[in-house]
Amino acid sequence: MIQALVSSIVLIILAPFIGGLLCGIDRKLTARMQNRIGPPILQPFYDVLKLWGKQPMISSSLQPVLASSYFLFSVVALALLVFRQDLLLAIFTMALADVSLVLGSFSARSPYSYIGGRRELLQILSYEPILILTAVGFYLLIKSFVIENLFKAGITPIAYLPGFFLALLLVLPIEARKSPFDISASHHAHQEIVRGVFTEFSGFNLALIELGHWVKLIFFLSILALFFTPNLILGSFIAFIAFFASMLIDNIFARLTWKSMLKITWSVGLALILVNIALLLHLGV
Amino acid sequence: MGLIDKARIKSPWILHVNCGGCNGCDIEILACLTPRFDIERFGMLNIGNPKHADILLVTGPANRRNARMLKNLYEQTPDPKVVMAVGTCACTGGMFHNCPNVLGGIDKVIPVDVYVPGCAARPEAIIDGVVLALQKLAEKARGGRK
Repeated sequence: MIQALVSSIVLIILAPFIGGLLCGIDRKLTARMQNRIGPPILQPFYDVLKLWGKQPMISSSLQPVLASSYFLFSVVALALLVFRQDLLLAIFTMALADVSLVLGSFSARSPYSYIGGRRELLQILSYEPILILTAVGFYLLIKSFVIENLFKAGITPIAYLPGFFLALLLVLPIEARKSPFDISASHHAHQEIVRGVFTEFSGFNLALIELGHWVKLIFFLSILALFFTPNLILGSFIAFIAFFASMLIDNIFARLTWKSMLKITWSVGLALILVNIALLLHLGV
Repeated sequence: MGLIDKARIKSPWILHVNCGGCNGCDIEILACLTPRFDIERFGMLNIGNPKHADILLVTGPANRRNARMLKNLYEQTPDPKVVMAVGTCACTGGMFHNCPNVLGGIDKVIPVDVYVPGCAARPEAIIDGVVLALQKLAEKARGGRK
């Protein structure tokens, strides 16, 4: 019991480091794919440390609060997941983190920030239904939203919910801020309106948002791994493979418009989920 | 604070400003991003936002029209920051030096830390200049702390 508690806490503390390392590997591999040498693997940590040490320049007094709440709610959502609590609550907490980011970009009077915030909202609109329906899928399977019960039931969700898993893979590029769905806060387009949501954040606020993004990435990959319970090691392995596949796709595809993003995630994603639900009900699982 | 100082010189984010040069230096700056020179291996990013930048990289001469814009960008960049004047125009006014609308080099408007002459400045010279700017940045960060 104590051992499980300690390992959970260690996992939560390590999450930003794993996320940062993933981003560093991503930047290195992307550079190699483009025939460049690329930054060191630890580059994301240098960036965050440097941002932490910059002079604070705050455009609106709400900004530090909202940037911190983005980070804190991400951590809380991950903690809910790691401590095997309510999956639906964890997903809503993560949505709250996203909303803090959007409110933060709306809180400053800048047209770039406004447009960026709206684009972030469109992304939330695209992936949030699929995330919430995933929680519903788990409920159909074990008649409970609590993850602990999933472990007690001793079933492997991927066998019953492959459609949900595929739909989550479809929205993984949105969460990882990668093409073709990086219409807000892309990792590459530093001079474009795509980065608008970060326009007014600077210094430690931006560092907190970057840390929050890493935690959020780990949160999403953990949900992917959850499909392979009780074999979580295989699950995390497959989640990491999914992340690197999305990185490969990022380098191959151009950015789509928000309309295509919404159409693809809602039509293909929701269709996969509905077919899966229909099959579950038909087979009477 | 040693860790942050170390990170600072490993992650210089650059804001590129063209004050109305001929675009020659700007093309050389873009060449720095290509696989041949790849400045991202030093952690440099060409960022489009003064609030995120550490190095203000200015090309072209200061003129009456854009002096206020340049000053504004300088003030929006959080400390510690350094300014680089890239190309002869940004250093002294260059071939535009006698034009009625031109004030001269950008040091007439904002304090400049590193001058990279050349028409156009070569990518190697620009990278050398940035390395020099990083030493200045480290000095400034140390001096700024009491």
